[in-house]
Amino acid sequence: MHETAVIFLEFGAVLLGLGVLGALALRGGISPIPLYLIAGLAFGTGGVLPLATSEEFISVGAELGVVLLLLTLGLEYNADELVTSLTSNARAGIVDLVLNAAPGAICALLLGWGPVAAVAMAGVTYATSSGITAKVLSDLGWIGNRETPTVLSLLVFEDLTMAVYLPVLTTLLAGLSLVSGAISVGIALGTVSVVLVVALRFGRFIEAFVSSPNSEVLLLKVVGLALLVAGLAQQLQVSAAVGAFLVGIALSGQLAHDAQALLAPLRDLFAAVFFVFFGFQTDPAKILPVAGLAALLALVSMVTKLLTGAYAARRAGIGKAGQARAGIALIPRGEFNIVIAGLAVGAGAHPDLGALAAAYVLILAAFGPLAAKLVQPLITAIANKA
Amino acid sequence: MEVEQTALPGIGLRHDFTTRAGQRVGIVSHRTGRRDLVIYDKDDPDRACQTVKLNDEEADALAELLGAPRIVQRLNQLHQQVEGLVSVQLPIPSGSPYAGRTMGEARVRTRTSASIVAVVRGGQVFASPGPDFVFREGDVVVVVGSADSTADVAGILADG
Repeated sequence: MHETAVIFLEFGAVLLGLGVLGALALRGGISPIPLYLIAGLAFGTGGVLPLATSEEFISVGAELGVVLLLLTLGLEYNADELVTSLTSNARAGIVDLVLNAAPGAICALLLGWGPVAAVAMAGVTYATSSGITAKVLSDLGWIGNRETPTVLSLLVFEDLTMAVYLPVLTTLLAGLSLVSGAISVGIALGTVSVVLVVALRFGRFIEAFVSSPNSEVLLLKVVGLALLVAGLAQQLQVSAAVGAFLVGIALSGQLAHDAQALLAPLRDLFAAVFFVFFGFQTDPAKILPVAGLAALLALVSMVTKLLTGAYAARRAGIGKAGQARAGIALIPRGEFNIVIAGLAVGAGAHPDLGALAAAYVLILAAFGPLAAKLVQPLITAIANKA
Repeated sequence: MEVEQTALPGIGLRHDFTTRAGQRVGIVSHRTGRRDLVIYDKDDPDRACQTVKLNDEEADALAELLGAPRIVQRLNQLHQQVEGLVSVQLPIPSGSPYAGRTMGEARVRTRTSASIVAVVRGGQVFASPGPDFVFREGDVVVVVGSADSTADVAGILADG
């Protein structure tokens, strides 16, 4: 068969399969991410139905998925919101960072994976999935709740932390010597600050350049700019993901809103490809041995997120029930955690890291929203009794 | 009464306040234009126990229903507070030369120095109508000004 034909057949089958899985997830009211990961496990290395020909094509699609995921994430926030959140929620944000990075880091150190893997695992357990959490908030009608601003600003804080964390991680993974490593971290952080300042001060010039009443032109300009900056960032060892995220932040207002609507279908397509690709790279045979460990890690980091949510909500003067809800809303992990694990696996970190992260995200992406749904009536009943 | 405003990063804005009877009420303004009217649980005051999702049109309709009678009420208060200022409600009678013509054509403010602040039509209030607003027979025009000038407006609307 012609190679193009094979690629189309394989890629088409994968997408169709994902569509069916997505429909299932929708019916069950859970996030489709765990199902996409499972599909990836089945099709990838050592899976039931390994796809060989289209792997390269899919890997490029997966990279695009990461760029689009972070671009749309950046579009959700504007620079003002990031700065406000940074100044008014710094304390809760740091508690979040310390409590939730610790389980992953400690786990990696105990397993003897070394300090670089510990930094990567810290990121895997730290970041809440803002996508899944936003969906939980809206599905359960929690958006109007008084603890919700606290949850949202923690998410903003996490995303901003990522803008610093990802370049540091990329540098560490590159395995540079102390001096050249420090230099490239410096360059990375310098770039991030410059872009943030440019976004804050001169965002409207970028907007004036990108803005167009024609949706086709707008789409091409936004995606083009994001890919260009992502490539540049990658070249500077800052990680393409961060570059795309910063482009998203620089754009705001109506323009960001329009671009988000235009990009959503594109992002959904390539993000699904990304999750599948991550599953591809993970050998399903390796998942089972780490499943117990992943469950334990998931349990510990659920507790640490609950504590974080309760602490942050109490600081905001929220009652007991609201504190519990804030914690529960923060439990889901998803896209960021896989992005981080993907970077580590791509750079040749410990082979079990990918499997552990996949199992961990499988548990929390599926269980997080479910927990929220199950616990909601319980919390209300207790609050009504008190 | 104190209205609290809170930013919802990535979503929009929330305003909320507590009524005198102790019920907390909020409005979530989404960036997409959607508005949620939120009623809070009395036992768990942080929880929205009732969320009414409103699109642009529905939110406008609700705002009008709540706001319209308040405009007339506020005008009456204003007229009690400021001496010499009256607000009157003048109908557009049948045979009025301005029925079917724009407010700009009547040149009410230039001719009498009184202001048309609202027009009530079929129970609906059009607050601060512009010069291109077209009068219809049966409209009730709310005019603010001195006693003399508002009387002049009544003459204009009836006889031109």
